[in-house]
Amino acid sequence: MRRILRRREMAADDWIHLGEEAADGAALIVPLAELRKDPGRWWQWSGRLGVRITPIDRVEELAEELPRLDLVAVEFPSPSEGRGYSQGRMLRERLGFRGELRAVGAGVRQDQVFLLARCGFDALELAEGEDADGACRALQRYDVAYQPGSPQTAIRRQRFFA
Amino acid sequence: MYQYDQLDQAFVDQRVAEFRDQTRRYVAGELSEDEFRPLRLRNGLYIQRHAPMLRIAIPYGLLASRQLAKLADIARRYDRGFGHFTTRQNLQLNWPNLTDVPDILAELATVQMHAIQTSGNCVRNVTADHLAGIARDEIDDPRPYCEIIRQWATLHPEFTYLPRKFKIAVTGSPQDRAASEVHDIGLHMARDAQGNIGFTVLVGGGLGRAPMIGQVIRDFLPLADLLSYLEAILRVYNRHGRRDNLNKARIKILVKTLGIEPFREQVEAEWQLGRASAARLPAEEVARVRGFFRPQPYVALEDFDASAGREPAFQAWYRYNTRPHRVSGYRAVFVSLKAHGQNPGDMSSEQMEAVAALAERVSFGLIRTTHNQNLLLADVRQSELYEVWLELARHQLAMPNVGTLTDMIACPGLDFCSLANAGTLGVAKQIQERFDNLDYLYDLGDIEIKMSGCMNACGHHHVGHIGILGVDKHGEEWYQITLGGSANGFTALGEVIGPSVPKTQVAATIERIVEAYRTLRAEGERFIDTFRRVGLAPFRESAYATHSAAA
Repeated sequence: MRRILRRREMAADDWIHLGEEAADGAALIVPLAELRKDPGRWWQWSGRLGVRITPIDRVEELAEELPRLDLVAVEFPSPSEGRGYSQGRMLRERLGFRGELRAVGAGVRQDQVFLLARCGFDALELAEGEDADGACRALQRYDVAYQPGSPQTAIRRQRFFA
Repeated sequence: MYQYDQLDQAFVDQRVAEFRDQTRRYVAGELSEDEFRPLRLRNGLYIQRHAPMLRIAIPYGLLASRQLAKLADIARRYDRGFGHFTTRQNLQLNWPNLTDVPDILAELATVQMHAIQTSGNCVRNVTADHLAGIARDEIDDPRPYCEIIRQWATLHPEFTYLPRKFKIAVTGSPQDRAASEVHDIGLHMARDAQGNIGFTVLVGGGLGRAPMIGQVIRDFLPLADLLSYLEAILRVYNRHGRRDNLNKARIKILVKTLGIEPFREQVEAEWQLGRASAARLPAEEVARVRGFFRPQPYVALEDFDASAGREPAFQAWYRYNTRPHRVSGYRAVFVSLKAHGQNPGDMSSEQMEAVAALAERVSFGLIRTTHNQNLLLADVRQSELYEVWLELARHQLAMPNVGTLTDMIACPGLDFCSLANAGTLGVAKQIQERFDNLDYLYDLGDIEIKMSGCMNACGHHHVGHIGILGVDKHGEEWYQITLGGSANGFTALGEVIGPSVPKTQVAATIERIVEAYRTLRAEGERFIDTFRRVGLAPFRESAYATHSAAA
């Protein structure tokens, strides 16, 4: 059972990844490559549709499709993978994506969740085995920050604003 | 100097709590070594050859007396009573216990210090000209902008997991004393036609395995755009810098691969699109930070020659270890950490305490660290120089060799560092012993030796007039010598003189090189200028003249 940290609380995952058993009308996450390969099929999906992107994908190229997507899942294959932070901010700030922005992969650990949330991720799919309580605490580790950021954390004061 | 407000203090306190928890999880086995590594590195903690090493940040090299005294106290209680000042103006402790580190960080936080981002693939300590604020040729004091960059870069949500480390240097003078052209980003303070403050921005410099000199990406960046432009550069780098090969992950490789023009186009495009959501730098915030760096309350004094009529030892120290000051009646004083028989950059707790107390008495309670691994008392009255000399001499801190050959830079090398291929400290000692005659050193004049124990180039060997690089040859320590490097204004990378030499031959080879210089030089010509005039060949010939063992 995937665990999603959403708005500082743990929630059961209500999305299905492509390849898992998906009933008609289920909320489905499809890899970007798959979506590109067979767009006709996926855009007719009966339920909500999300896309999953990898660190090398250029989010700018999603601009036209974003309004029709309910979720973007950004892959963090390891804790040191940093490209997704840029992808997240660009999706939110430049492309105006308002759906669920989800961090997924082995890199989504409790020591990363604070920065991820600051970059606009509102759903954190914790890596397998990661301590959920620790992740909840980590989101509230800081109540000050220097940079502008998404207001999902416990930040009360910050230095610079956008 | 900058004083923390509640935000800064809360931040470092919360950072300590976070690292305490991470250390606890590591010790409890909840985090593996691989998982803990990137977390501890971002708090300055390495695991080295013998023990952990903690690199404490000294932002742009500025310390208050109480901070230096605290470092002395920490070095004594948690380490072996000494520390090592680095080329990036930081302090390294070589023997702390891993489980003590959260306590050390908590103690640092009580004096507005930390070890945040002194390692790891993130934006490192921002460095500056050690004569900032007192140099006569300065356009503006770079330190307020260093402080602003420090804050902006600290735990940046987007740029904490970069492809590789990222170093920024700011210089306020046309004469570059911060080696800014060999940094990932070098900022040169400038004024536009209307007299507004801004920066010439250089990008893609760096040493290490593939040394490169930074190139200008923007002739003039208005101050208000500083943070948004840095964000644009960092974003292009974060997205497109290589992550598949550690040796090709620095921004210099990206700039070189794309070419500076295409790279500039990408950055400018990103900047235009990203400005609206990037961090703004309001004039009030600039004014707030600048307010901490106002000139000291100097007394109106006349300049005079404090060395006149004094003994030769003081005159030598005055000539080599002090520098002119923007304000008449004052001079800047180097505290030499290059006494012969001592590891370059090392300082004992007793020495730190003595300098902290001295600075309190004679230099407004402030001390600076230099990228040449010395300290500086920036604002000493000329009338107090003699007393300062006596006090420094009492603590073996008055070796009158600043700017001479034995004022060399050296990384800790194989004796401490787990990356090193060869020792540096033994070689430094060998050079100090061979060149122990001060008159001979003075005759040689301005020569910079910079030594690294491996390709990572922490000792900046590429930009030494004489560079020494330790290499491993079938398990033996050998040394490759380069000539002609420079990072002061006219930045150049040294050229390899020939085959590397065995450890026992380093000082002797350098002696033959400087002897060649003495023969070749024109009247009053510095080593580096002779090299530029005559080139490598005559030096190569001399260096190996009697030395057949090199192969």
